[in-house]
Amino acid sequence: MTVPLIQPTAQGLYCAAGDFYIDPWRAVSRAVITHAHADHARSGSHHYWAAQPGIGLLRHRLGKRARISALAYGEPQAFGPVTVSLHPAGHVLGSAQIRVEHQGEIWVASGDYKRDTDLTCAPFEPVRCDTFITEATFALPVYRWPPVATVARAINQWWQTNAEAGRTTVLFCYALGKAQRLMAALGKDRPGPIYLHGAVAPLTQLYRDAGIHLPPAQRVSEAPSNEDFSRSLIIAPPSAAGSTWMRRFRKPATGFASGWMQIRGNRRRRGHDRGFVVSDHVDWPGLLQSIHDSGASQVLTTHGRADELVRYLNEQGLSARPLATLYGDGDDHSEDG
Amino acid sequence: MQAFAKLFQRLDEQRGTKAKVTAMADYFASASAADGAWAVYFLSGRRLKRLIGPVQLRQWLAQASGLPLWLIEQTHEHVGDLAETIALVLTEQPTQANPTAAIGLAEWVEANILPLRLLEDDQRRERVMQAWQTLSSEERFLYTKLLTGALRIGVSQTLVERALAKASNQPQPVIAHRLMGHWNPDADFYHGLFAERSGQEDASRPFPFFLAHPLETPTHQTLGPIEDWQIEWKWDGIRAQLVRRADAIYLWSRGEALINQQFPEIIEAAHALPIDTIIDGEILAWDEGVLPFAQLQRRLGRKRIDAKLLSEVPTRLLTYDLLEQDAIDIRTQPLTQRRTRLNQLLDTLNTPIMISPQVFADSWSELAKQHAESRSRGVEGFMLKAKASHYGTGRPRGPWWKWKISPLTLDAILVYAQPGHGRRANLYTDYSFAIRDGETLVPIAKAYSGLTDAEIRRLDRWIRRHTQERFGPVRAVEPVQVFELAFEGITPSRRHKSGLALRFPRIARWREDLGPNDADTLAQAQALLS
Repeated sequence: MTVPLIQPTAQGLYCAAGDFYIDPWRAVSRAVITHAHADHARSGSHHYWAAQPGIGLLRHRLGKRARISALAYGEPQAFGPVTVSLHPAGHVLGSAQIRVEHQGEIWVASGDYKRDTDLTCAPFEPVRCDTFITEATFALPVYRWPPVATVARAINQWWQTNAEAGRTTVLFCYALGKAQRLMAALGKDRPGPIYLHGAVAPLTQLYRDAGIHLPPAQRVSEAPSNEDFSRSLIIAPPSAAGSTWMRRFRKPATGFASGWMQIRGNRRRRGHDRGFVVSDHVDWPGLLQSIHDSGASQVLTTHGRADELVRYLNEQGLSARPLATLYGDGDDHSEDG
Repeated sequence: MQAFAKLFQRLDEQRGTKAKVTAMADYFASASAADGAWAVYFLSGRRLKRLIGPVQLRQWLAQASGLPLWLIEQTHEHVGDLAETIALVLTEQPTQANPTAAIGLAEWVEANILPLRLLEDDQRRERVMQAWQTLSSEERFLYTKLLTGALRIGVSQTLVERALAKASNQPQPVIAHRLMGHWNPDADFYHGLFAERSGQEDASRPFPFFLAHPLETPTHQTLGPIEDWQIEWKWDGIRAQLVRRADAIYLWSRGEALINQQFPEIIEAAHALPIDTIIDGEILAWDEGVLPFAQLQRRLGRKRIDAKLLSEVPTRLLTYDLLEQDAIDIRTQPLTQRRTRLNQLLDTLNTPIMISPQVFADSWSELAKQHAESRSRGVEGFMLKAKASHYGTGRPRGPWWKWKISPLTLDAILVYAQPGHGRRANLYTDYSFAIRDGETLVPIAKAYSGLTDAEIRRLDRWIRRHTQERFGPVRAVEPVQVFELAFEGITPSRRHKSGLALRFPRIARWREDLGPNDADTLAQAQALLS
């Protein structure tokens, strides 16, 4: 048997023919990065390659001294006999699928991706390949995302109701990607000003620096001392829930935005007033569509509901198997949903 | 159904009780009497008998969705709720001018759901699959919940009463009384809820049970002088109300079940009571003294009580309170007066209906000494009732307190875990625990409650990473995590490998400071038996 073009090793997904890793979880010499989330972009490697729009975020994650080379989407980069190019994954700003071509064989490692509308990053671009490596975070048929515009309307309505009742609206969501995507989706009908938690603000600034148009927002800590926040929307990471930081808001109404909120049990268990279904991961129909669009005859799955997806695809006549990775938290309840 | 689905969604989204009451009151005020009656029926926790089982529903969902059955089964396991799985897997088909949208709850239940009982399987399937297609996702969820007889709406009876009181402009206790016992969810019943109070209220019904708040330790500072309090033993039996009418006698449990059949000797004795009397008390298994609850339980599961069981497990009604005398509701008289009347009433009788004795002490510290004897007396502690108190409704703080003995505890090892349901769906929350017996572990109890949400999430992650074996939904985990289990009693049992059964086991603490070798042993557990 020939060696697969990309295979899992102790360091991460490895392409032996080109001697580079994709999203390695240990320090390596050459790392191609799909996007800047912590479980995909880890520090310590000698040289990184990533898509141009996400370079700011990546530098923020990896530090000033990291050696990072930017690639435009579609721009070919040779690694010995292997040609690599990056293509939009629609997950967060600068997220990329990694196309790897060697002697006519094409693999695509899609990283995390989604097919739904996102005003803050380039939309997912189907790439034809022989082998498609896909995430399976939400790979069950109950996960179908409502249009994000509908969810944004519901958030604005909830915010309006809270404002009328003199309650501060606090929306918890992932600080990188989800927060900015939601800010952009809220549109012009916002009932009041937006404030950001200290973990969200710098990432939001990096989005602005990259030319992404977002509504104005201030840091909570920079608000005037007499601000009572009762008409405001506060965007904060899930870890801020229940912390002392929350005490500054009067009678806060809290919401959580995540794909996991699709399930009623999760909504209730989180103990927030509202759960909003918004995910930066692909849903079940999007997943099947993407596999179809790739034209791949072999599908390898990473983090999430890999078992079910693999069996389903095999029954559909594709060759599918799970790939051992350390992406995600290995459980159903990571905050990144 | 649309309006009811909206109500359900509002209740699901709102956390504050005030908002929930408003949502229900709005619905009650605008619903037709027929729809309103069914809504009250479901909101107050009543259910239809299950019409279709999960196996069939999963097969039908596989057909309707075109997905393989195994995937439906896996998805169901992940979601933890079949109706929700069905609601989410099937795509919405908002056919314009959906003719079913305007059909009310009553018509859905009476014309569509209940008649399914009479149909053949094929016809049922056709009806159900058609309904799934025409309903929105939220309606599909409710409709399927009704089919499975498992609709649970997270509102308490008290909130429903408050909402009806608000919508009908009637006092809450009146509404509460009207909702007790047996009634048919029809328009007449609903009109009756809204009607002015009359002397003709259904005579078979019990009053809402008045409940006590838990208390750590009573002191002069918290409760004032002990002379102001009537003190009784807190019995561990079945709280019940006995309704004596001219033509019939009704024995109601707190779960509003009629339990006449299980306790024939109490019903027989009740004939000696004057007509139009309502008594509150506790049913106990009693043979020269109180028997463990496990004995009483033998009476509960049976349709018919034979002579053998009657003689093996004799029962009594130990009475606490007199609520109605000579057809007059005396709940607002002071407790002392009601107690005197109850005493006079039962004084002359020598039957299984007896008064629960009072306990006297000169001070709270004196009383604490007697409290320490609770376990050896077979009681759970004390009930403290203000002598001036009315027999109210609900569980307010102040008039009545329960002062329970501290539970027994054992340090046990987590051995199996299973996902929960409802709020805990797709999390491992149902745990089995074992204690040590030499080199082996013997299961002793299952427990579901006691951990915080954060602990549950952390333990869930741990379970997923330390699974040794899977048996369907059950995971056997590395036997290393130790938990302190609290429970109210321990009895011999043939059901558990340990030969012991715990009463009301729950998790008191996650003992991360202990290793598996620190867990308690079978011998230690057996020592608690006495």
